[in-house]
Amino acid sequence: MARRPSLLSRLFPFVFGLLVGAGTLYFFMPGPGASVGKPVQGQPVAKAGQPAPAAQPQGATLATVRERGYVQCGVSTGLPGFSNPDDKGVWTGIDVDFCKAVAAAVFGDETKVKYRPLNAKDRFTALQSGEVDVLSRNTTWTMSRDTSLGFNFAGVIYYDGQGFMVKKASGITSAAQLNGATICTQTGTTTELNLADYFRGQNMTYKVLPFEKNEEALSAYDSGRCDAYTTDASGLHAQKLILKNPVEHMVLPEVISKEPLGPLVRQGDPQWEDIVRWTLFALIDAEELGVTSTNVNQMKASPSPEVRRMLGTEGDFGQALGLSKNWAVDAIGAVGNYGEMFERNVGVKTPLGIPRGLNALWRNGGLMYAPPIR
Amino acid sequence: MAGGKQATAKRAMRWSWNDPHLRALIWQIGALAIVVVTLWYLAATAHENLSRQHIATGFGFLQNTAGFGIVQSLIPYSEEASYGRAFLVGLCNTLLVAALGTVLAVALGFVVGIARLSSNWLVAKLAAAYVETLRNIPLLLQLFFWYFAILQPLPSPRESLTLLPGVFLSNRGIVMPGIGLTGTSLAFFATLIVAVLAALYIARRARARLLATGQRFPAVIVNTVIIIGLPALVWLVGGAPFTLQHAEMGKFDFTGGWRLLPEFLALLLGLTLYTAAFIAEIVRAGIQSVGHGQTEAAHALGLSNGQTLRLVVIPQALRVIIPPLTSQILNLTKNSSLAVAIGYPDLVSVFAGTVLNQTGQAIEVIAITMGVYLVISLATSFAMNLYNARVAIVER
Repeated sequence: MARRPSLLSRLFPFVFGLLVGAGTLYFFMPGPGASVGKPVQGQPVAKAGQPAPAAQPQGATLATVRERGYVQCGVSTGLPGFSNPDDKGVWTGIDVDFCKAVAAAVFGDETKVKYRPLNAKDRFTALQSGEVDVLSRNTTWTMSRDTSLGFNFAGVIYYDGQGFMVKKASGITSAAQLNGATICTQTGTTTELNLADYFRGQNMTYKVLPFEKNEEALSAYDSGRCDAYTTDASGLHAQKLILKNPVEHMVLPEVISKEPLGPLVRQGDPQWEDIVRWTLFALIDAEELGVTSTNVNQMKASPSPEVRRMLGTEGDFGQALGLSKNWAVDAIGAVGNYGEMFERNVGVKTPLGIPRGLNALWRNGGLMYAPPIR
Repeated sequence: MAGGKQATAKRAMRWSWNDPHLRALIWQIGALAIVVVTLWYLAATAHENLSRQHIATGFGFLQNTAGFGIVQSLIPYSEEASYGRAFLVGLCNTLLVAALGTVLAVALGFVVGIARLSSNWLVAKLAAAYVETLRNIPLLLQLFFWYFAILQPLPSPRESLTLLPGVFLSNRGIVMPGIGLTGTSLAFFATLIVAVLAALYIARRARARLLATGQRFPAVIVNTVIIIGLPALVWLVGGAPFTLQHAEMGKFDFTGGWRLLPEFLALLLGLTLYTAAFIAEIVRAGIQSVGHGQTEAAHALGLSNGQTLRLVVIPQALRVIIPPLTSQILNLTKNSSLAVAIGYPDLVSVFAGTVLNQTGQAIEVIAITMGVYLVISLATSFAMNLYNARVAIVER
């Protein structure tokens, strides 16, 4: 005479699951219900109509970084010239050099940095959640990333643009001939959007095949699943090198978008943002002023007031950032000025062989222009 | 419970800690309160942190223009469509591969599971080798194998293999002629549905008559004639409304026709073969749980091997098979989220991938995605439980 459980008790797990799900969804709905948070211990309640409580107190990130003893830097999973580990796990690249420069500015020691390789897809969540202090991962500065994602970009470290790579045997010499093509790319980047914009604008059709990892997208292109591969032009030059037979491929001349790549930080800690921004500016200013990794210590005695201010001989600009007087000396001593970083990692003498182009200093016809340190 | 009726009869609950009913009630309320407060605390903390970091919240983004392309969509979709639409496209793609995968995996699983018990040495060993190989290699590796090792090295569209006239296999997938639909073809599909319903009714009546009177009715033959004949008649009368649209070679690839993407094929193959290995073991266990005496008794009654399996063993084995089978179906659905690794645009790839990245609203997007998988799983589980209740031993 086993009693059958009542309908209610059999349905309970389903009903409970749905209720919990619906409740969670409701909580994040915009509207009056959203901001009624229970007072959380030690934290003020945000009441509707009042300004949100001040963001992290000034210098929270710097204090955390100092306490931890190293800078946690988000980089790519492997893009030659930008951030790439070698077979011994040593990271190199222009983005990696920037991480080192920040560590040098903060600690006076460029080795006090740890790299966190991130997919295009995971990088923003990692920065938002505080897993990394700075994201230096060939990331395009766009409005939505700057605003609704809750980030601030420190500046531009590389002016790039999106291009296409095709097999030479296909006979294609221009992006305008790509009507109907299947195109491989990495998911979670601006490239998917630019691609859609470009083909819509040209009134052409296409099929896009987005992969989670660059290696898989590239492998699919290499094996002929796609007719073209698209990413930033610098990335095309870099990734061409890891294809089975690089000489069989060519980068098309068209650049279909603006991709200003730069380091970014969480919004809400102006001091940390300033540190990252002015480290970048100091590296660019150093090139303009002729300060290099080899002469930085002699240049401290330079008669030029601009150089003396940057290198801490006159004034104390480091203090304004919460850093030591030698912040810029340490950063430049560690990785050299912007020109040195560029030539060492992506310049014409490297396998990538990219000329300075847009990334030359402003007085040499490029776009690299940093505000003065004064 | 006959003797204890008076003892457990309803009596007024005493407001005392010594009353076990009241105690139990208080414990339960307390436990529920802890769960609710914990959830509330987590949600409140997340909300605080989001607003502190100036990250946009809410579900308004679902109406914004998506602006990216999706390679396979079952519903109309273009770059101008909204994120909400892109969500539906991803959901349909997930449901498609999960539904097809479930049907194929269950069918293959039953065949392999029965084959493992075959008295034919070769068949039994092949089935065992299949099960032991496939279920012991991680699914992600199998997907990579099918996609990068089997489907990618196929020839390019221009040198594609011709499977059947008009059906081509290349590294762009399988291309076949599409069927163009016209007005009268609607009548064809309506007739097809009517024919299937009629066939189901005839099968039921034939079985009822067999049980009641012992008379056989050739339902299988009659139904085959109905299902094929009726729509064919309408098709001829309607003036053969179908036109085959053959795929043609374009500049890069075939255009027109219907196409199965290699990403889809690799995912379907991987999910089906992997899950079928587990289902085969479940089926084997279920069949072995039915006592051998049953088989001997059925043989003694003069039933053939096939009849014994179909009428005696399987109905009893199903009681053991259904609950773990439900778990495998749920696993298959959830495993389909590995699609992102090989570029198939499923829900996780489209919504929790591209959309999340472009809106940055991780909590909302992940909450929706988790909610969707929860609903799919609970619905599947509910349906399977209903079926289980039907095949379970009915006590009289």
